[in-house]
Amino acid sequence: MAPQTTPEVCGMGHSMKRKEDPRFIRGQGNYVDDIQLPGMLYLDIVRSPFAHARIKSIARENALKVPGVLAVITGETLEQYNLHWMPTLMSDTQMVLPTEKVMYQAQEVAAVVATDRYAAADGVEAVEVDYDPLPVVVDPFKALEPDAPVLRTDKEDKKDNHIFHWEVGDRAATQSALAGADVVVKQDLYIPRIHVASIETCGCVADFDRVMGKLKVYMTTQAPHAIRTVLALVAGHVGLSEEKIQVISPDIGGGFGGKVPVYPGYVLAIAASVVVGKPVKWVEDRMENLQADSFARDYHLKAELGATKDGTLTALKIKTVADHGYTDAAANPSKFPAGLFSIVTGSYDLKHAFAEVDGVYTNKPPGGIAYRCSFRVTEAVHTIERLTDIMAHELKMDPADLRLKNFVPADKFPYKSVLGWEYDSGNYHGALRKAMERIGYAELRREQADKRERGELMGIGISSFTEIVGAGPSRQFDILGLKMFDSCEIRVHPTGKATARFGTKSQGQGHETTYAQVLAEELGIPAAHIEIEEGDTDTAPYGLGTYASRSTPTAGAAGAMAARKVRDKAKKIAAYLLEASEDDLEWTPGTFSVKGAPQKSKTIQEIAFAAYTNHPPGMEGGLEAVSYYDPPNLTFPFGSYICVVDIDRGTGEVKIRRFVAVDDCGNIINPMIVDGQIHGGLTMGMAPALLEEISYDENGNISGGSFMDYLVPTAMETPRWETDKTVTPSPHHPQGAKGVGESATVGAPPAIVNAVVDALAHLGVRHIDIPITPEKVWRILKDKGAGL
Amino acid sequence: MAKHDVRITVNGEPREAAVESRLLLVHWLRDVLRLTGTHIGCDTTHCGACTVLLDGEPVKSCTVLAVQADGREVATVEGLEQDGTLHPLQEGFQQEHGLQCGFCTPGMLMTGRALLEGNSDPSEAEIRQAISGNLCRCTGYVNIVKSIEHAAAKLRQESA
Repeated sequence: MAPQTTPEVCGMGHSMKRKEDPRFIRGQGNYVDDIQLPGMLYLDIVRSPFAHARIKSIARENALKVPGVLAVITGETLEQYNLHWMPTLMSDTQMVLPTEKVMYQAQEVAAVVATDRYAAADGVEAVEVDYDPLPVVVDPFKALEPDAPVLRTDKEDKKDNHIFHWEVGDRAATQSALAGADVVVKQDLYIPRIHVASIETCGCVADFDRVMGKLKVYMTTQAPHAIRTVLALVAGHVGLSEEKIQVISPDIGGGFGGKVPVYPGYVLAIAASVVVGKPVKWVEDRMENLQADSFARDYHLKAELGATKDGTLTALKIKTVADHGYTDAAANPSKFPAGLFSIVTGSYDLKHAFAEVDGVYTNKPPGGIAYRCSFRVTEAVHTIERLTDIMAHELKMDPADLRLKNFVPADKFPYKSVLGWEYDSGNYHGALRKAMERIGYAELRREQADKRERGELMGIGISSFTEIVGAGPSRQFDILGLKMFDSCEIRVHPTGKATARFGTKSQGQGHETTYAQVLAEELGIPAAHIEIEEGDTDTAPYGLGTYASRSTPTAGAAGAMAARKVRDKAKKIAAYLLEASEDDLEWTPGTFSVKGAPQKSKTIQEIAFAAYTNHPPGMEGGLEAVSYYDPPNLTFPFGSYICVVDIDRGTGEVKIRRFVAVDDCGNIINPMIVDGQIHGGLTMGMAPALLEEISYDENGNISGGSFMDYLVPTAMETPRWETDKTVTPSPHHPQGAKGVGESATVGAPPAIVNAVVDALAHLGVRHIDIPITPEKVWRILKDKGAGL
Repeated sequence: MAKHDVRITVNGEPREAAVESRLLLVHWLRDVLRLTGTHIGCDTTHCGACTVLLDGEPVKSCTVLAVQADGREVATVEGLEQDGTLHPLQEGFQQEHGLQCGFCTPGMLMTGRALLEGNSDPSEAEIRQAISGNLCRCTGYVNIVKSIEHAAAKLRQESA
């Protein structure tokens, strides 16, 4: 779509350079750890070396002798205020500090408050904790066995380690469809535990003013308003009142879902500041971040897909065990314990499906949050895209042909999926055909055949994903009862410039730029003249924050709606100034003019000035509006990705030679930023496919707990991504846009895995669990006698 | 704890300080001098968010003691802009969308500066090799490579 506004106005479709860059390229960003307040103290945390142990004693005396150490906080300290447990977003409970036992390695055991960060670290070393180790449960399947030790002994009526059962679809009909299918493929998949590992770790500065009773918290949070409400609900009994809590989310160094939850460190810093009456800083180090903050995924799946022998997919059945660690601290909408996993029928017109998920407690850190994806959508997409490829292999069909045969056709949208979603729009055939053309699919297949003759290993993998983002409609979506609308407030100033505030919070997505463009599109005020603010609960309107690709679908839409309210009022003022009827006015971006008499016109800037200096009698002055936008549906971005890999037969190394990503996120606000989001998402899709995993030994000892062995991709492994677009506007979003920040993270892993399996298919390989490390491939090659 | 008198030139400005033996250079820069553009992203010298130049060589300032910088020159991101003119790297990162959250950016810029001072026309492979000790979680590196190429071209143009 060609831009409707001039480059000066810079509405939608312009690759406007980012407004936030001038401070970041000068090192003038303002991240949490950059904040230094007078008299500020530092908090550091004593962590458990055991995955499951009773605490016999905590001796603080030696720590209190360390110069600079002021206090050692334990679970008993917090118990006096009834703050030793806190609720999770899934209405489970999580320890702030333990009073009886620890449940995972690296769990918080005590906190030390000191005058500087070195003294706090010394204090941590000097706290002596005596533990009595308990049996450790690492494997979620063993956790479900009848004789497994019950982990949550704090819950009086809890007799096992089962958290929840969730299911969707018609079990009997699906089983019967599978029984009647010509071909059924079955596959177990494990989608391992990983960590978002934003380059900025989590932290906060809590600043309690004893005189005024006001708490100000600078915090690495993606959802400042929700956090404020949670703080008021959890700590109301100790005197924190919501109007006196200000949560400020300053510049955030990447979020990806990891900065949605409330971690014990935040609560400890706040509690310490309230007790001491001084500002307290807590910033975790990388190992704490990887070992204790919320993990993502950890889904064990059993999947079955049925088809007719000519390749019509008929039925899908999935059984999942979800390892949640010791508490269910996922960050899903409340009614969705398995997130939006029910998008698992993907891009295919399946008539029968059934999915179930059982959540399980183990001795691991809590989580089940996103890793740059909308609530378990990656797990769903990985499953259906792997199974589709396995089916293609079974049917000896080209995986592209099988997809093209089964896609929901473009004329069937809005499409009601068998698991209950109404897909708003799509053109799956268009995206896959474009990707095939761009990469030269037929030619690549010929090259592959030649190479196979010569014994060289080359694979081509496709992923045609459908996402579900923009939570969401308040009839279904809430977090702890808070409806998931989002908001924008616009103030147009007398000189025609504007300030707008939103309920979301950018962590690198570029909202200061894209929201300005959203408003410029609607108002004709140059984006350069629109200042965007987010992340301060004292000033921004209430919203549920930025995650799950929801900012554009919810807050962006609120921006458009608020701008339209402004424009409605501007029209009345223009009619008054032009002595014309409103019905006789027409709008071109930035100007109302009289139909048929274009010389009689008023610019939005002239109208703004009049709103404060010469507004119509009987009308309130000023030019402001606010919108709380409750989307009627989610948005369903989609795309087709094709990956080409070459495999080194000597080392097992997988090299991504080419990767073409065709994305459709509806109408595009800023093409440059969308491409950047896709590049980053693809890299975070490649990461778990080839590199990243957090695993545990039988004693609950973590591996992958530092950047020594948690392998975040560098520039060396990351290929030069190739991107392209199709545009299928969302029919219900006011500007036809969809979320895009996570599409690529969701879509990329199966494209890569499908390519690797395709390279090895002639050796009898049908599936490889991620991450596909060189060692895994090397072992396969050795087993198959195909190595060098 | 013992303190040591040090003289360190930071962005061309001589500084004197008494520092604890164990004080990390990054903490001295950030907490004492309040040059907070240099960031901390890990504890194991992997992420490169804390990269500064020590006598022109890129180092991870989370793994250098402040006393080790005694008598030497430190360059940080705050010193890149000269007399109100952006360094070509800063311009390149903005023009080519080489940053998103901005947290890795100062380290990338300093690594890029060291690269371009030794190699005015680096290949893509050389750029990728040079920044392989700097992790970025947002951009996927494609635009960072372009940003450094942009800067290299501009620097060559300026010196031609």
